[in-house]
Amino acid sequence: MSEFSGKDLTCIRGQRRVFANLDFNLHDGGALVLIGPNGSGKSSLLRLMAGLLPAAAGAVSWDGAVTSEDPEAHGGRLHYVGHLDAVKPVLSVAENILFWASLRVGGPDLPDRVAAALEAFGILHLSDIPGRFLSAGQKRRVNLARIIAAPAPLWLLDEPTTALDRATIDALEGHIAAHRAAGGMVVVSTHSELHLEAAQKLDLAAYSAGSVTLDMDLAI
Amino acid sequence: MIGFVQILRRDLRLAQRQGMDSVMAVMFFVIAVVLFPFGVGPEPNILARIAAGVIWVAALLSSMLSLERLFQTDYEDGSLELLTLSPITLEVAVLAKITAHWLTTGLPLIIAAPLLAVLLNMSVSGFPMLILALALGTPSLSLIGGVGAALILGSRRGGVLLSLLILPLYIPVLIFGVSAVDAVIGGFEAKAQLLIMAGFLLAALPLCPWAAAAALRQSVE
Repeated sequence: MSEFSGKDLTCIRGQRRVFANLDFNLHDGGALVLIGPNGSGKSSLLRLMAGLLPAAAGAVSWDGAVTSEDPEAHGGRLHYVGHLDAVKPVLSVAENILFWASLRVGGPDLPDRVAAALEAFGILHLSDIPGRFLSAGQKRRVNLARIIAAPAPLWLLDEPTTALDRATIDALEGHIAAHRAAGGMVVVSTHSELHLEAAQKLDLAAYSAGSVTLDMDLAI
Repeated sequence: MIGFVQILRRDLRLAQRQGMDSVMAVMFFVIAVVLFPFGVGPEPNILARIAAGVIWVAALLSSMLSLERLFQTDYEDGSLELLTLSPITLEVAVLAKITAHWLTTGLPLIIAAPLLAVLLNMSVSGFPMLILALALGTPSLSLIGGVGAALILGSRRGGVLLSLLILPLYIPVLIFGVSAVDAVIGGFEAKAQLLIMAGFLLAALPLCPWAAAAALRQSVE
């Protein structure tokens, strides 16, 4: 049984307090949906969970161990999908995914796993196409296929539905459900509709600096 | 270790596919060296005297050409964030990328150097030492340059800033690299110079990836 949690998290970006005193807690199979208006810190919170951004106060921990103390171990257990798709224009779709998967899992069945991941997002027919010929939605599908190709217990998805068509969003919902059924956790930030069964909702507007009164002064 | 090989293979493949980097570095190297006889005149003795220095300076400048892009493309397309978040230690990933840079730009320079030495009428006795000194020196250049390339991420006019940051750090390598070749041509031993350059390389090998990785972590925040 794993636990992913954050306590008293405060995020400061460009001398502005984005959110403060934020707690979250996720267990196996759990899902957390981040909502809130633009600039409320959804992406910042996801980057903070991933370890890309250090917390100004508070800590993120996995099974009680603070994640920033062992970033490689934390990196090994999470998949992060950000705003950028990390698709190399001169590598084929399969090569792009194969590279990222090979950093996590080895073995002779790796090409099969990649093919299965491509199939899962309906881009198997594109596997030999160089990245530069892909549309925005196709690039996003490649990025999502990347997280299917190598398993990791924690998915951090920042607006994963951007540029996706309805059918692919449905497929993504299915993959998230399967991931959770296998004991995985997922944190998603979203503006659009993404249906997740029994998901916790976290409204970041409630933690923004304006609505939280703090007696200590955190401004730099 | 597996991560090191995978990243190295990927970067070599990228260099080969979009690959004008190696060709451009070598072409720049050749052209920069060829300019000198036009500038200082075709007097064979003068050219022979300055040959080692000219080749080394041109090698430094041309190894810098593609440095700016060492992390820039990964930074822009989001790959750098994913590399930071992979189970691979970032320092190892950086070392792999720097190794790929050296293989694609440093190594071709070493191969081209003897041809240019002929062009500059350098004494034949200095050829083996020129190759040896470049082979010891250019990896240090790539390593030091990697730190600069990581520091300039996200800044505008990064290329100029990069040269201001790292060219001063190249000076020790330049001094001992040229001095090794000149010593051999003058009939002396060059062991001391080679040992010092090997020392630079041994110091740069752990320190530069460490510093560059710290700069990269800062840049993805």
